[in-house]
Amino acid sequence: MLIEFFNELRHYGLKPTVTEYLTLIEALDRQVAVCNIEDFYYLSRCTLVKDETQFDRFDRIFSHYFKGIEDATEGLFGKDEIPEEWLRKMAELELTDEQKAEIEAMGGWDKLMETLKKRFEEQKERHQGGSKWIGTAGTSPFGAYGYNPEGVRIGQEGSRNRSAVKVWDKREYRNLDDSRELGTRNIKMALRKLRRFAREGAVDELDLDDTIRSTARNAGYLDLKMRPERHNAVKILLFFDVGGSMDPHVRVCEEMFSAARAEFKHLEYFYFHNFVYESVWKDNYRRHSEKIPLFDVLHKYPTDYKVIFVGDATMSPYEIAYAGGSVEHWNEEAGAVWMQRLLDVYPRVAWLNPEPEKHWDYTPSIKLTQELLGDRMYPMTLAGLDDATRALAR
Amino acid sequence: MRFEGTDKYVAADDLKMAVNAAATLQRPLLIKGEPGTGKTMLAEEVAQALGMPFFEWHIKSTTKAQQGLYEYDAVSRLRDSQLGEDKVHDISNYILKGPLWECFESDTQPVLLIDEIDKADIEFPNDMLRELDRMEFYVYETRKTIKATHRPIIIITSNNEKELPDAFLRRCFFHYINFPDKETMQQIVDVHFPGIKKKLLNEAMELFFELREIPGLKKKPSTSELLDWLKLLLAEDIPAETLHSSDVKKSLPPLYGALLKNEQDVHMFERLAFMARRQ
Repeated sequence: MLIEFFNELRHYGLKPTVTEYLTLIEALDRQVAVCNIEDFYYLSRCTLVKDETQFDRFDRIFSHYFKGIEDATEGLFGKDEIPEEWLRKMAELELTDEQKAEIEAMGGWDKLMETLKKRFEEQKERHQGGSKWIGTAGTSPFGAYGYNPEGVRIGQEGSRNRSAVKVWDKREYRNLDDSRELGTRNIKMALRKLRRFAREGAVDELDLDDTIRSTARNAGYLDLKMRPERHNAVKILLFFDVGGSMDPHVRVCEEMFSAARAEFKHLEYFYFHNFVYESVWKDNYRRHSEKIPLFDVLHKYPTDYKVIFVGDATMSPYEIAYAGGSVEHWNEEAGAVWMQRLLDVYPRVAWLNPEPEKHWDYTPSIKLTQELLGDRMYPMTLAGLDDATRALAR
Repeated sequence: MRFEGTDKYVAADDLKMAVNAAATLQRPLLIKGEPGTGKTMLAEEVAQALGMPFFEWHIKSTTKAQQGLYEYDAVSRLRDSQLGEDKVHDISNYILKGPLWECFESDTQPVLLIDEIDKADIEFPNDMLRELDRMEFYVYETRKTIKATHRPIIIITSNNEKELPDAFLRRCFFHYINFPDKETMQQIVDVHFPGIKKKLLNEAMELFFELREIPGLKKKPSTSELLDWLKLLLAEDIPAETLHSSDVKKSLPPLYGALLKNEQDVHMFERLAFMARRQ
């Protein structure tokens, strides 16, 4: 029973275990959910999926697997209420500010709505694909999951004569998928993996085990032993790329920065532009007057510091490979030379890149940086950050 | 015996299903969600609705799994031995029962809340596996096994600050409390403030959801903050018109301190309002 469904879930990358599957069967046997597909959906979700970032994936598999049941009941409902339903869905438009601006560029909101209404009138059947009609998976500005940036998203459930909106088709958990952008809290969680506990400093905690041991050795007379408290002893140097091509990523960098600041006691940060050269700075408003020579950094912070670069590494390859290649100033030595010096002092290094990983291959400077770092570049997603912390902790 | 929400707690369908599944199969239920969506309250309300005794165990970063079972107070035994007290000869005098033990001894089926499990050490959930599975543990000092007379309904909350181990997750039902939509929110408010004036409520809700949609807020106001704010509005007897005139984009709503908890948010909000006024 339901073994196919279970296999389907595993096939599409969810990892429910046999125990969880048996729990689901047991729950069905005990009549927790009876004769109602919605109840069954809730029950199976809370039994088989233990991570809200996977809810969206579960919804999609569920929707796909149980489509037959939906279609089987389709004939039971009336068929002529489509346009009204669709228009009602219009209230649920989700548009970002940029998209709104683009709509303005197309001739304004009213015009778009007017066109939409006209299309509604022209269109008589359900439609999928194509580039004009309203429906799913097309490139028309109207419909769901399309690729037209100025598109109006009409919920997927607005397809054909569904009398009730299916919960799993709402896909409410879309923005929880963990390949999405990072939030401060998520970053903190990922960074926490870097924590290394050590006992250093003042002795102010009662060491019970040692006290008992030495009391016994002391013929029963109390001999108190103290020890220092445990605290996080990891040390981090953060280098941020600022300006130019990094401007679109400034928000995610801010989040990364504030999360790191909150998480580590020994954290030093520096800014650079495009690539590291002979100096870095700590204050962007006075970057030309208050520079810190990179040699000072190398000499000041010992080798047990871990180094994290945050930057898109997108520039002209000359800026890395040649002396005088920097866009801002005349650098006596190439960026690659300075990077090598950093790597010599700090063996634990990771580079976080906010550019999507699939674009990396098309940018020579990213490949060059990758080579310099020995492939220790990670995308700035939660999964990437996880990999980076693992590499740093090694 | 089904949980259907209470007169003080509005539960969505999926939440009811999760609670009932956990209660029927007597497995722990893990609850996650945005802060302020009523995770901790749930356990209390379940206990009340089903008429069960309620036990709670709040987790801190220093909490060890052992402390939930029992603690052996070695220091006071040591002290007593130095003073030559009689009770020092019976070790059970120095065994302090933890919340789990208390809960296992309950005469009727109890509800146990383990609050904010993610605050504890990474190994904490792993140390609880056997206890949650078998609902029994062994007291090493007195050589006794403590077994639950009735398997309790265990509700565990997490704020997602740490990932929980798979072995632990496998043993739980899981539910993520979504932020309530407008209708559910209306129900929640009705339940808490039955007498609230319709108009005031409408205006306040409009303002609240508008506020949540402002991009870039560090901490979005949540359900519990809305309820606090309404309480204040009622106490101050602010007429609905005042709320109406205070368009979110133009000025700060009255008593905003209940909604915005971060001075950076208030600051950003003031700047947005300033820019909106200038246009």
